[in-house]
Amino acid sequence: MSTVPYLTAGWIMLAGLYGIVTTRDLVHAVVCLSVTQSGTYVLLLAIGYRSGATAPVFSDRPPPPAGGPVTDPVVQAMTLTDIVVGATVTALLLALSVQVAKRRGTLDPGALRPLEP
Amino acid sequence: MILQATVALPVLVAALLAATGRRLPRPAVDVTALATAAAVTALTALTLARAPHRPQVTWLGGWGPGTGVGIPLAADPLAAALACVAAALTLAALAFSWRYFTEIQAVFHALILLFLASMCAFVYTGDLFDAFVFFELMSVVAFALTGYRSEEPATVHGALNFGIVQSLGAYLTLAGIALVYGRTGQLGLAAIGRHLTGTGAHGRPGALITAAFVLICTGYLVKAAAVPFHFWLADAHAVAPTPVCVLFSGVMVELGVYGVARTYWAVFPGLVPLRAVAVLGAAAAILGAVMCVLQHHVKRLLAYSTISHAGLLLVGVAAGTPAALSGTAYYLAGHAGVKGALFLAAGALLNRYQTVDARDLRGRGRVMPVTGAVVLIGALCLAGLPPSGLFAGHSVTEHAVLERGWWWFTPLSIAAGAVTAGAVLRVWLVVWRGMPLRRDPGETGPPEAGAQEGEHEGPETPGILASLPWVMVAPAVALLAAGLAVGLLPGGPVADAAALFADRDAYAALVLDGHLTRPHAPPAEPWTPAGLAGSAVTLLLAVAVAAAGVRRAARTRPAAPAARAPLARAVGAATRRLHELHSGHVGDYAAWLTAGVAVLALLTTRF
Repeated sequence: MSTVPYLTAGWIMLAGLYGIVTTRDLVHAVVCLSVTQSGTYVLLLAIGYRSGATAPVFSDRPPPPAGGPVTDPVVQAMTLTDIVVGATVTALLLALSVQVAKRRGTLDPGALRPLEP
Repeated sequence: MILQATVALPVLVAALLAATGRRLPRPAVDVTALATAAAVTALTALTLARAPHRPQVTWLGGWGPGTGVGIPLAADPLAAALACVAAALTLAALAFSWRYFTEIQAVFHALILLFLASMCAFVYTGDLFDAFVFFELMSVVAFALTGYRSEEPATVHGALNFGIVQSLGAYLTLAGIALVYGRTGQLGLAAIGRHLTGTGAHGRPGALITAAFVLICTGYLVKAAAVPFHFWLADAHAVAPTPVCVLFSGVMVELGVYGVARTYWAVFPGLVPLRAVAVLGAAAAILGAVMCVLQHHVKRLLAYSTISHAGLLLVGVAAGTPAALSGTAYYLAGHAGVKGALFLAAGALLNRYQTVDARDLRGRGRVMPVTGAVVLIGALCLAGLPPSGLFAGHSVTEHAVLERGWWWFTPLSIAAGAVTAGAVLRVWLVVWRGMPLRRDPGETGPPEAGAQEGEHEGPETPGILASLPWVMVAPAVALLAAGLAVGLLPGGPVADAAALFADRDAYAALVLDGHLTRPHAPPAEPWTPAGLAGSAVTLLLAVAVAAAGVRRAARTRPAAPAARAPLARAVGAATRRLHELHSGHVGDYAAWLTAGVAVLALLTTRF
């Protein structure tokens, strides 16, 4: 099993993190958060991968011992759940960004007044 | 069945309220939400009463432990007690909101009930990925509640910072969960624990397990506001509606501590050291206390004191012994009651005067004697007034960690308690005992530029109530009384519960085999001479801190900055630096989070 998928996952997460740290725009920050999360999708799918295996669908063939290896369905279920969670978070944070833009007239986190009095 | 009902009932009612709330009259919405919260409180109390005698475990959907992918809900006594605390606080917050908000939509009640459901589910779940899902549900509801008054710019800004930092932590947790699954092929905490038991015998657990522990802990430590993950907390608390702050400070932050403790003891005991958690917790205890005493905004002040106390809880967990854990349990329950009461008192001030800046409120609290008493007693409880839960927690934890040789815990705990309590006591002295402000032209504001900002809170309640109705006073008094009474709980059951919690095999036996181990731990004993002495010292120091704070505020303004002593200048510069660090810039917070992960990893790695 190659290490490339794991390195890719780590790279994607770090890229998203770098984007948030250096962000000049809150919408950009929210999208970078989604990028970070995409790293977890890659990581989960990489863990479930078996070389030479097929999708875990048993409608047209018998389950593993007879029908050959399949990839791990648990991590795929986790990835799907993760995508749902991600969609919720992204939608909510984008809605909040819209409110920031409306009330403050800017999306630059550096231009927002600090909250610490 | 009880465990599923505890989670399902509030979700169902929340869905109903969200769907039909527009057409329902306000009292019907309030009564429905209150009745649901009361029912959940009763269910959690029933679970708590049963937990020490019969195993409280349910496998969802009939997928039992043999199937390998089943998801258990399990309530050991400590988890059951925490769920009970969450439900009781929710009940108090809902009761307070009844008259606090003159205009509120049913969706607020729906969100609070969802929050309650996700907290209970997070506490009960025995599955790592399930814990992540409920952790995220809890967080998303928390973001929505923080940004509830979305017409306020500061509110949405605080909610956005909270959302981004918290989500980053949660995704790192998920990465850690994926690593654990990759190693063990299991997601159940108990199953992973059993699988890894063999690994411990070989000594070094390997880099993968260490990395997994660090990543999983990161998300929970963000929630628990350990330094340097704590930045979101004050921003979110300062802007969230006050009844929501009660839940945030009283139990949500503590659930982060619970997450670390549960994951460690069910999966990793003996495999990784907890010293990293102790270091970050101690840092939070100190920084939270310092930032607390620098504040005038009462909600922000209470938020920083929560950071400080959550830091002490983390240190108690990181001591890694059942005895220290029982002390931490006392502390957590006491803190939940006291901090909830203090936030409700701050809400009463905000309701009446539309501001929670202590400088504007000077002397104006005299017409609210009951609230004043709550703040005074609450402040003394934070300093460990016997028999509060914080007194018992400090006393038991101190005894337990001294056996480990952690001599530094006593000064740390006394200092954190004294400074945070002193800051709250100062607020009481200024608002309830101070002379009402004379408005001189030169006295309009403090010398620091920008200090005027945030002075005027947006009205959470447009109409000012003539006198505080009892439904706003009673929850605070009840929470404070509960926080005071926690210290009177008998030490035997608490110690047994902690011993059961801190035993990987006992937890695995409970979840996988349905077998309840009955530990016989030495009972926790809060009433020791050392504990009482510590409490007395903390109380004295707290009074000194408060008196010094009031004197400093009352002194005439320094003639010119140049005339100040070098020491005062240095303190001023340090204070400014600290305020600048908490910049409200989400990029800075993310950078600090990355640094925190690195520190956590370095301290956890065994070289």
